[in-house]
Amino acid sequence: MDSAGLGVRRAAAFVAPALLLIGVFLVFPALWTLYIGITNYQLTGPAAANPRVVGLDNVLNAVRDPLFTNSVWLTALFVLGSAVIGQNVLGFGLAWLLRTVRPSLRRTVEGLVLLSWILPGTVVAYLWFAVLSRDTGTLGMLLGSPQTAWLVQYPMTSLIVFNVWRGTAFSMLLYTSALAAVPPSQLETARLAGASGWQTVRDVVFPHIRGHVLTNTLLISLWTANDFTPFLLTAGGPNHQSEVLPVLIYRQALESGQLGYASAMSLLLLLGNLVIALVYLRLLRRRA
Amino acid sequence: MRRTTTFGLLAVCGLVAGCLGQPQQREQDRNADATEFTLTIVANAVAGGKNSRGANWLRNWVIPRFTELQKAKGVTATIEFEQNGAGDEDYKTKVALDLKTGGGGDVVEIDGIWLGELAQAGQIRPLADVVGNTDWDGWEQIPDAVQGLGEFEGKRYGVPMGTDGRVLFYNKKLFAQAGLPANWQPRGWQDVLDAGAKLKTLPGVTPIQLNAGTAMGEATTMQGVLPVLAGTGKPVYDNGKWQGDSAELKDVLGLYEKIYGGGLGDPVLQQEAKGRDRSFQLFSENRIGVLLEGDYFWRSVVEPRNGVAKMPDRDTAVGWALVPARQPGAGVGGQDFVSMSGGGVRVINPNTRYPRQAWEFLRFLNSAEAVKESLAGTAQLTQRQDVNDEVLEGDPMLTFVAEKVLPITRYRPGLADYPKVSAALQQATADVVAGKSPDEAARAYRAALVRAVGEDNVG
Repeated sequence: MDSAGLGVRRAAAFVAPALLLIGVFLVFPALWTLYIGITNYQLTGPAAANPRVVGLDNVLNAVRDPLFTNSVWLTALFVLGSAVIGQNVLGFGLAWLLRTVRPSLRRTVEGLVLLSWILPGTVVAYLWFAVLSRDTGTLGMLLGSPQTAWLVQYPMTSLIVFNVWRGTAFSMLLYTSALAAVPPSQLETARLAGASGWQTVRDVVFPHIRGHVLTNTLLISLWTANDFTPFLLTAGGPNHQSEVLPVLIYRQALESGQLGYASAMSLLLLLGNLVIALVYLRLLRRRA
Repeated sequence: MRRTTTFGLLAVCGLVAGCLGQPQQREQDRNADATEFTLTIVANAVAGGKNSRGANWLRNWVIPRFTELQKAKGVTATIEFEQNGAGDEDYKTKVALDLKTGGGGDVVEIDGIWLGELAQAGQIRPLADVVGNTDWDGWEQIPDAVQGLGEFEGKRYGVPMGTDGRVLFYNKKLFAQAGLPANWQPRGWQDVLDAGAKLKTLPGVTPIQLNAGTAMGEATTMQGVLPVLAGTGKPVYDNGKWQGDSAELKDVLGLYEKIYGGGLGDPVLQQEAKGRDRSFQLFSENRIGVLLEGDYFWRSVVEPRNGVAKMPDRDTAVGWALVPARQPGAGVGGQDFVSMSGGGVRVINPNTRYPRQAWEFLRFLNSAEAVKESLAGTAQLTQRQDVNDEVLEGDPMLTFVAEKVLPITRYRPGLADYPKVSAALQQATADVVAGKSPDEAARAYRAALVRAVGEDNVG
């Protein structure tokens, strides 16, 4: 049992600082969020001085709130469009195509894709704002329709395209290393048997990387569901048309000051994330 | 192991109780005799950006001058200035979070309309509770209506920083092109719409900008719904109840529909994240005909030297007119014309370590000398009558506001529920701009209002 020979007391002393940090910065805020989620706690006004426990009212109100259901639907659309389909397909496509090209070209493309991933969110949001804004936006200029306010007229489409651009790098990297694990001899055999590109991917490559696909999809789904960058681009507007859950929660908590209500909503988001994670884990286990 | 868990839970419970509890009461004369003190003033002003003039005044005049005066008394004073350049709603969130956690500056500039909710939350306290004796010869110079900005439930919380008034600004160059008079004064909503119809014939010009939607925040309520609503004769808060989906409110939304559904306004602009700033830009580029704004627009936006959307020919190109009621005599109190006013307030943080010194600093900030200096040769409706008498003379627009607008103006109800009502009103205009009918938007507004303030408080 005690292979390091430390003894319980010394072992506890070693992990104590780490546990303390986790406790202060992770466990306590999480428990506190749960607690204020059952109160009518507000940023200002009488309920800020004397919060009252309201039980599950916040959760029930949230489920009935059209803003919340609208937001759940938009978040699902955002995750499905930009992560599950967009980043997955584009990431795999890039990884697959870049296998066979010249190393210099591959490194250049990979570098550019990575750049969009590593730049800070605020910088990226500012750049996209410049591209998509009305009158002087780059996209409007290129397409010859400077009057189009992309972020206002096509908010969700803009966000999905943006997030595909932003997050593809991770999928590309993961699939690049996954593809390296496919035995070249099998690919060669498929080629000799006259399999088309699509048949090769479906019958030879996919069975090898199935676990990678699931892991990748799980990670990018959760990241996208919790992504706050849409706030920097559209702030949830126009008129709640791009108000994904993290943005709704932020606006309810800090703009409307409804801290209790927003905490209850973030609990629901957490539960949603757990459900997604469980589904993926199920699928993974079935493979094994 | 079990003991650790119990201890951990106890610690968490203690923290929770501490976080939700009230800051402890402290005595008013703590550190009153300190020979060395530091005060921080927080304002939504930043040198070279938002409210640049106020920031420069604090940095270059107030701080050196106050420090010097203290030094003459043998006291070493350090004044720190925390600059902010954020949107009003973001700034409010920051201030509320600061005060809530027991931090924040010693003297804080806030919008008068936030006073009620901060006071009800216990985040600010009556001035007398914080500093003790509040006698000051400056109070006589501040008109009662303006002092009201710094009061809540009959108690004084801070010192107001001046007031303002709302008018219709119009571009005289565009008016000339459209064959409209240079001295324009509409007598009812229809006159404004008629002028809009003429302006519509000019290419690339948006005839009317009446703020709408949630993206503009309080600017939609203050420079949109409330002045228009005042023109229907019914204030938003009357006899202890908030106005629900009344005929008057539907009239207001109907006006929005006429403007944004009838091609007289630009619906997209209302929904953009920086729509208000853009409307300023467009007005200064002669692309907006009529715009409802406060005198802030004249002083700080189209101002030829330091404005955020400078108009070199402001004095000849920009005209102003009183906001008309629906028709003559239909406004609140049977008025022909209406306006809304607001203003900032400086409060002292109840958690300050030096309450007496903070009050001394606050009095210095509001002395005739300091207020006059803050204008830097320009004009503004300050809190002090003696300063106004002297500085407004040279500015026809502000003289107009002082003489014609302030007598007919109304203030927002300073209640903690107001921001929620305001948000519901903004949403109602957003719905109309997005194409819903006024009836539908008014119904949704009523439902939101009932959720926010309770059925009993909706009239």
